[in-house]
Amino acid sequence: MNLPYRVTLEKRLDAPRIVVWLVPVVSILVALAFGAIVLAVAGADPLEAYGQILTGAFGSLTAWLDGEFYAVSETVVRTVPLILTGLAVAVAFRMRFWNIGAEGQLVFGGVFAAWVALFLPGVIPGIPQTLWVYLPLMAVVAVAGGAIWALIPAFLKAYLDVDEIITTIMLNFVAILTYQYLFTGPWKDPEGQGFPGSALFPEFTWLPRLTGRVTLGLVLALAAAVVVWLIFDHTKLGYEIALMGENPEAARYAGVNRAGIIIVVMVLSGGLAGLAGFTETAGISHRLQQGLAIGNGFTGIIVAWVAKLRPGWIVVVAFLLSALFVGGDQLQISMGLPASIGAFFQGMILLFILGGDVFTRYRVKVARRPAAVAVEG
Amino acid sequence: MVVEGHDRPTRPSAPVTDTAPIAVALRGITKTFPGVLANDDVDLEVRRGEIHALLGENGAGKSTLMSVLTGLYQPDRGQILIGDETGSLRPVTIVSPRDAIGLGIGMVHQHFKLVPTQTVAENIILGMDGVPFVLDMGSVEADVAALSERFRMPVPVSAFIWQISVGEQQRVEILKALYRGAEILILDEPTAVLTPQEAAEVAATLRALAGEGKAIIFISHKLDEVMTVADRVTVLRKGRNVATVDVGATDKHRLAELMVGREVATTIDKDDGAIGPVVLRIDGVVARNDRGIVALKDLTLEVRAGEILGIAGVAGNGQRELTEVATGLRRVEQGTVTVDGEDLTNRPPVRFIDAGVSHVPSDRLGRGLAGNLPLADNMAMKAYRRPPIAAGPMLRRDRMRAFAGDLIERFNVDTPGPDTPARNLSGGNQQKAILAREITAGTWARERGRRPVLIAAYPTRGLDVGAIEDVRRHLIEQRSGGTAVLLISEELDELMMMSDRIAVLHGGEVMGVVAPAETTIEELGLMMAGEMRR
Amino acid sequence: MDLLTSILAIAVFAGASLVYASVGEILTERSGILNLGVEGMMIMGAVTAFAAAVASGNAVVGVVVGGLVGGMLALVHAFLTITLRADQVVSGLALTLAGGGLASFLGQRLGPGGAPLVGMVGPRFRAITIPGLSDIPVIGPAFFDQDALVYLLFLVVPLAWFLLARTRPGLYLRAVGENPQTADAMGIDVFQVRYLYTFVGGVMAGVAGAHLSLAYTPGWTENLTGGRGWIAVALVIFATWDPRKAVAGALLFGGVNAIQFRLQAEGTTIPASLLNMMPYILTIVVLVVITRFESIRKKVGAPAALGLPYNREERT
Repeated sequence: MNLPYRVTLEKRLDAPRIVVWLVPVVSILVALAFGAIVLAVAGADPLEAYGQILTGAFGSLTAWLDGEFYAVSETVVRTVPLILTGLAVAVAFRMRFWNIGAEGQLVFGGVFAAWVALFLPGVIPGIPQTLWVYLPLMAVVAVAGGAIWALIPAFLKAYLDVDEIITTIMLNFVAILTYQYLFTGPWKDPEGQGFPGSALFPEFTWLPRLTGRVTLGLVLALAAAVVVWLIFDHTKLGYEIALMGENPEAARYAGVNRAGIIIVVMVLSGGLAGLAGFTETAGISHRLQQGLAIGNGFTGIIVAWVAKLRPGWIVVVAFLLSALFVGGDQLQISMGLPASIGAFFQGMILLFILGGDVFTRYRVKVARRPAAVAVEG
Repeated sequence: MVVEGHDRPTRPSAPVTDTAPIAVALRGITKTFPGVLANDDVDLEVRRGEIHALLGENGAGKSTLMSVLTGLYQPDRGQILIGDETGSLRPVTIVSPRDAIGLGIGMVHQHFKLVPTQTVAENIILGMDGVPFVLDMGSVEADVAALSERFRMPVPVSAFIWQISVGEQQRVEILKALYRGAEILILDEPTAVLTPQEAAEVAATLRALAGEGKAIIFISHKLDEVMTVADRVTVLRKGRNVATVDVGATDKHRLAELMVGREVATTIDKDDGAIGPVVLRIDGVVARNDRGIVALKDLTLEVRAGEILGIAGVAGNGQRELTEVATGLRRVEQGTVTVDGEDLTNRPPVRFIDAGVSHVPSDRLGRGLAGNLPLADNMAMKAYRRPPIAAGPMLRRDRMRAFAGDLIERFNVDTPGPDTPARNLSGGNQQKAILAREITAGTWARERGRRPVLIAAYPTRGLDVGAIEDVRRHLIEQRSGGTAVLLISEELDELMMMSDRIAVLHGGEVMGVVAPAETTIEELGLMMAGEMRR
Repeated sequence: MDLLTSILAIAVFAGASLVYASVGEILTERSGILNLGVEGMMIMGAVTAFAAAVASGNAVVGVVVGGLVGGMLALVHAFLTITLRADQVVSGLALTLAGGGLASFLGQRLGPGGAPLVGMVGPRFRAITIPGLSDIPVIGPAFFDQDALVYLLFLVVPLAWFLLARTRPGLYLRAVGENPQTADAMGIDVFQVRYLYTFVGGVMAGVAGAHLSLAYTPGWTENLTGGRGWIAVALVIFATWDPRKAVAGALLFGGVNAIQFRLQAEGTTIPASLLNMMPYILTIVVLVVITRFESIRKKVGAPAALGLPYNREERT
């Protein structure tokens, strides 16, 4: 195929600001347009569908005028774990450590928190059974749980150079199977009426609510975002993480301890995911039951990537993405579309953002092919 | 570099210039990259049976021009014409290496285009037309063996590339081109990685090929080589063709002036400084390279304060492992590494940094810089752990920028600012930035009462003359200030000019340590080839 | 059938989809492209193959559709990573996410008249007993009493090995993965080679999924593949990019599945969840062992250019 034109990609020295801002927005719009086509093919009216998503996520204008903010609060509830897993993934990805295991680390955080809630009062009754003792305890233990689960692939990579993508993914499956075993087996609620799950957590382990179903977890998540931002931009650790991610050879040359930094980063990453496990079990479900592993760990990857690993943007993107989820649930109820459509949309948005990113990194040049010119002599 | 007085190839009695048919002509070639005009309206004409040198300093546009000729780049403007046996020219478009090969243009790159995990024969037939679907390596190997005999370039045809020597790899590259019927042969810095003796062999091979009517272009920045081997030379400067002359009608000084556009200093002012005690001692060290093969065999070296110890040797004889052992980047199996009396054998790199060892690595973007990070971040690589940039666990980015700004000014690094990504700077400025950082780190060591060590690996490689002069000046300054400098270089001229003593490395061993005044280039060449010890 | 034979037979049956997916990924990775979307392509292949088979009444139609769907998804990955030079890891992950979600969605819509596919019974590949060969003790029933897709592997694996080791296209493929600059300089179209083998890998992942829904399970349920795609990616490392060794690895994992079944059938006290963990833990163990004892990387190791984009005009 010999066109008279040739299209080449030329690496940019740096991208003008307008391009950096415009490209992701356009990518998302294109993704939504594509999604509209998919919806139409599936027999749903795209405009109605997107409208339902918006009202499902944010509530209608009439509801707001009535002081009803139920939808928005549901969206915020959904945002909390996404902020935390987004931060967890971002911390690791910044070092180019592909932590795909945030899902399993979240689950383990939840499991450890559940143990404290269900069994610690019996094991050490001396500990005051109040909110302000038990909640911090559970949070710390949950962070530890996530961190421990993350340390396995961390050690394997740091000392044996084992590929972390596969180990973290495999450990996701192991974590999910473990927690399923626990709440259908040894930790099963003796008074449960056939629904698999642990006993209800005691009330002094419930995260207090702020409004609607939004808990203190929101404060934790936002605080975590600030902490991660501080680490990234204003600490020696953050500098070393960025250097390691950009050029591990140069990092070594500069004296950065590779094994040490992998371990620290994964403790942080797993810990953040574990914290999400805490907010979900202690704040929302108050039990260990089905519904802890609903994909927050994977959506966190999308959040982190779209937000270009920046904590401030992670909060925003997490909110927008959970709007998509909550609104998507609405679609399921009102239009009979399956919930899994949400996962499909997420993946698609990421694909379009990936594709669009080429325009920020490269300039597209279209040039005429040089034509042969007759020569004299 | 070609050894003076040895094996000077014989020339045909009459210069080739005006009579032979033109093999290839480039007319008005212009090529730009983001931020740089690499070729500016360049003309070039090469005749059959001619050896034509393309001379210019680093960044002059020689490689770009040849990449245009071989289809790797497309020119923005200009024409390429190929001549047949009678010399009549026709214009051609070369959009890919495949086109170039089809037109009989073969290139031997400076960084060989060989697949290390495949054999010589497999590499030679890679991408060729006419190779059968089911490979018959037996007959390919026989053909290649025959070809190599015909041109007197012996190679082990069924060995893997990673197993054979650099000189042999180059022969494979040449055979690759010849096997495909190349009539126009381009070689990029052919003797950069060869010993003086191997360089002479290649020169003889080129002579033979030219004698068979092939047109040979070779890119070089080495004047000696050009004067001895070429028939004609075209000089490029800042992307322009400034002159095309017969070699017989010019001399080294004239060519140097054309290359640079001004007078070039060939010596450097060096005072007879006071040389102090030994600061860096490497004693009986045995170390392996990345492939697990022993690269340093019982190596013993000493560098004293206030001296420059030059390391001569063909690349691949242990220089890389030596720098890594001396900076904590490679494990030592036997022997010791001592810095200023402190035994640092097998301690992590950060200990070496604290002990005052600075390192200008040979691989600027691979090891010395994180290309995508801002210049300020890069300049802080050795400074981020200490106040004022560090404040406990925190990092003061404002102070980091100020620090970088100060170094940029003092060392004259040309950059839009400290926030520019390091990869946007030119090679010379990147090197200056690294040097600034490493020299400053050495200053801190001195403040702590330690004697600094500076290890500079091929610091002037790939730089233009102005930057080269700057770098050399800095190294001499450090020497005068009492720093122990270890200088690794592939340019014997540079080593002779800068070093107080020169150690020659061959096969991971020190063949000898001599003062420049007490030795000759020939002697160094013999030691580099492993044929002599002192 | 004695214990060894029955375990072997299940190992082959369970491992077949792993062989397809990992041999396909071997070819893709040999060209230098890392495709982490195998799981998504596999599950999409499974659901579309089943839907097509139910709709047409023909299992072969199902396999063809499944393979093509896998291939098309792989082309998306190829376009993003080769032409647009996007990050290969993230692109693959995004495809797995999107593919998983879409497969679930389709699974509830692609039945006849828009009904869900779950629980449906469709055409399948049944075991075909080869007379004579299947009577050989131990290996006979294990290898020669399987379905057509397994028998196809007896052809596909040797062909893949032969292609890589003994043919001109194989030589070029290997060069592209090891050193694309060299391959390009020698006139090989790097983009074309990468697109081709990424597509082939995707097709094979789709066929792997089809085997699951048209022979192994058979049928369709949520999360049918259960991480097999990831195990296949791990197998590529285990096999050090050699198709023959991938078979050994797949048999090992198939064997673990077989042992799981036997234990459950015999009413073991080990809880199901723990048994189900075995393949995943085994993958980690295998990966650690292989990485630890791998020979010198230059001779036997990952293609040197794996995961890196190639741009001819890029100056360092």
